[in-house]
Amino acid sequence: MLKDKYQQEIDELLSRYPVKRSALIPLLYLAQRDEGFVSEGAMKEIAGLLHLTPPQVYETATFYTMINLKPVGKFHLQVCKSLMCALAGSDTVIGWVKTKLGIGPGETTTDGLFTLSAVECLAACGTAPMMQVNDDYYERLTEDTFDRILADLKKDGSCSLKTGPFMWPEPAPAKPGA
Amino acid sequence: MPKYELILLKNMMQPGYTGSLQEYERAGGYQALRKVVGKVPPTEVTMAVMKSGLRGRGGAGFPTGVKWGFLPKDYQGPRYLCCNADESEPGTFKDRQLMERDPHQLLEGIVLACYAIGAESAYIYIRGELVLAAKILEQAIAEAQAAGYIGANILGTGITANVWVHRGAGAYICGEETALLESLEGKRGLPRFKPPFPATNGLYNKPTVVNNVETLANLPHIIGRGPEWFASIGSPPKSTGTRVFCVSGHVKRPGNYEVPMGVTFRELIYEHAGGMRSDKPLKAFIPGGASAPFLTSDHLDVKLDFESVAAAGSMLGSGGVTVMEEGTPMVWAALRLMEFFYHESCGKCSPCREGSSWLVQTMRRIVAKRGQMEDLETLVDLCKNIEGRTVCAFGEAEVAPIMSTLKYWRSEYVTLIQEAEAANLIRLEPTVARH
Ligand SMILES: Cc1cc2nc3c(=O)[nH]c(=O)nc-3n(C[C@H](O)[C@H](O)[C@H](O)COP(=O)(O)O)c2cc1C
Ligand code: SF4
Ligand code: FES
Repeated sequence: MLKDKYQQEIDELLSRYPVKRSALIPLLYLAQRDEGFVSEGAMKEIAGLLHLTPPQVYETATFYTMINLKPVGKFHLQVCKSLMCALAGSDTVIGWVKTKLGIGPGETTTDGLFTLSAVECLAACGTAPMMQVNDDYYERLTEDTFDRILADLKKDGSCSLKTGPFMWPEPAPAKPGA
Repeated sequence: MPKYELILLKNMMQPGYTGSLQEYERAGGYQALRKVVGKVPPTEVTMAVMKSGLRGRGGAGFPTGVKWGFLPKDYQGPRYLCCNADESEPGTFKDRQLMERDPHQLLEGIVLACYAIGAESAYIYIRGELVLAAKILEQAIAEAQAAGYIGANILGTGITANVWVHRGAGAYICGEETALLESLEGKRGLPRFKPPFPATNGLYNKPTVVNNVETLANLPHIIGRGPEWFASIGSPPKSTGTRVFCVSGHVKRPGNYEVPMGVTFRELIYEHAGGMRSDKPLKAFIPGGASAPFLTSDHLDVKLDFESVAAAGSMLGSGGVTVMEEGTPMVWAALRLMEFFYHESCGKCSPCREGSSWLVQTMRRIVAKRGQMEDLETLVDLCKNIEGRTVCAFGEAEVAPIMSTLKYWRSEYVTLIQEAEAANLIRLEPTVARH
């Protein structure tokens, strides 16, 4: 039960809104963090917490692409395929995933490690091509950096090439002595 | 050295600037808030914003002070401010930078707006994918709370302004202000019929203002340096201040460039963004995000202000400028955007829900060289049946790429169809010969 595990966090979330239902997406995220996806059981429990009916929760949950109603791979590769990234070669990135991991959009590797989604614009068009892996952005992808990201993810579960606080173009480096 | 004075990107351009509260304060941050909260009546703050000429940076360009003025004056119950940080318009990536690199600039703007409109609660509705930005904002809110800039009794004035981050969950339409409100209420993000407008019936049916990140980030500067100063920048009187333009596509240096409104596309593309990435000349550009009609190399001397871009038949929109070089297939480009709109239509109204499906199927057929000449009429017909007949402005947006590419590059559609017809003839020949 989410309630037993996250009582404090749930209370804090509920305190942010004058109307309980507003906490629905935050609670769906909480459930997803817990199980990796949002199960029917979790939706029923959330309905109870917010005094909604389970269909009301389901109705909202199914509208949003980031709420996974089924388990996804440990690393969810989301390659942007919108026009601005396509101009910079995002179709090639999807091709790399196919040759290197053997999966196309909507598929998961047999070891359950990687799922590929081709997604729409992620607000990184100036640093295309790019992909998001779970919470992290990887931008200005080349085949070399792409290989390194896959290798690091497999080995360490994370990769230092992920983008930090975003700024592009980058500011000029500080002049020594300035 | 940048050619123009930077306003919004100034702090973050300083080497080593991390956006912490301390650094923001050292750069003069929160002085505007100190200057007015509890000292200057809220209506005067609204007046100043009106005088500055600030117009919304989210897409529609509505005058910000005027929007605030629509809130009912005598209403006693709660009012809300929603900061639109949904940034999902393809081609746009400025709000992400403003939030991640200088979060307090936005927060100061939010608190100033709360003060002006009398809102005690503000929600930053941020697109779900921007996990890092949400974390940075939450940290910054905690810092600002501890310093007394946010929360109950800000700066000891007895005034309350609470700010929360609310993450969306992957739906472009939630950038539309009434869909945003629905989503924030825990529902599907379906736009509401307008009127009534959010100013009277917004979040929880209470008076509400929805403003874009960049719009709000301008407020500390307007209040700090005065509306006259702001109104002198850009192309007054209708397009004042700077814009952070997001340049993407086939240029040497894609990225965010802050310039006064009124510079030309030529200057933005060739000076700031370094010009074309190869020796191929510019063929087309989108001036204001995926919802803005395409323009051509003949439009490079159009000025980047609301009126000039509108007069050229497009819109300044979200400030996303996408450049395409000679050789880019325009029907393919329009299809890519159509795929986006098809995927993102919320489905509330039939012209958009059904129309987007028809449009995308027809476009796919043409690009796959299976089209027919009648398809061109079908496209125009479908677009005309969508435009102006939908609940929200998504309808106008989704027809823009197709209508504008048909206008300027009709011959490319025709060529694809002629190739399809030629291929069909060859395919048909054996059957014909048997007779
Ligand atoms: C389909 C659609 C998507 C939109 N997406 C955004 C968005 O991502 N961010 C944004 O600030 N405004 C977006 N808008 C504009 C908002 O509806 C609204 O005009 C804006 O948030 C108002 O703030 P402003 O006056 O400060 O620009 C969108 C509008 C439409 C019709
Ligand atoms: S125009 Fe499209 S996106 Fe807007 S309400 Fe209608 S169906 Fe939804
Ligand atoms: S088009 Fe890919 S991030 Fe915008």
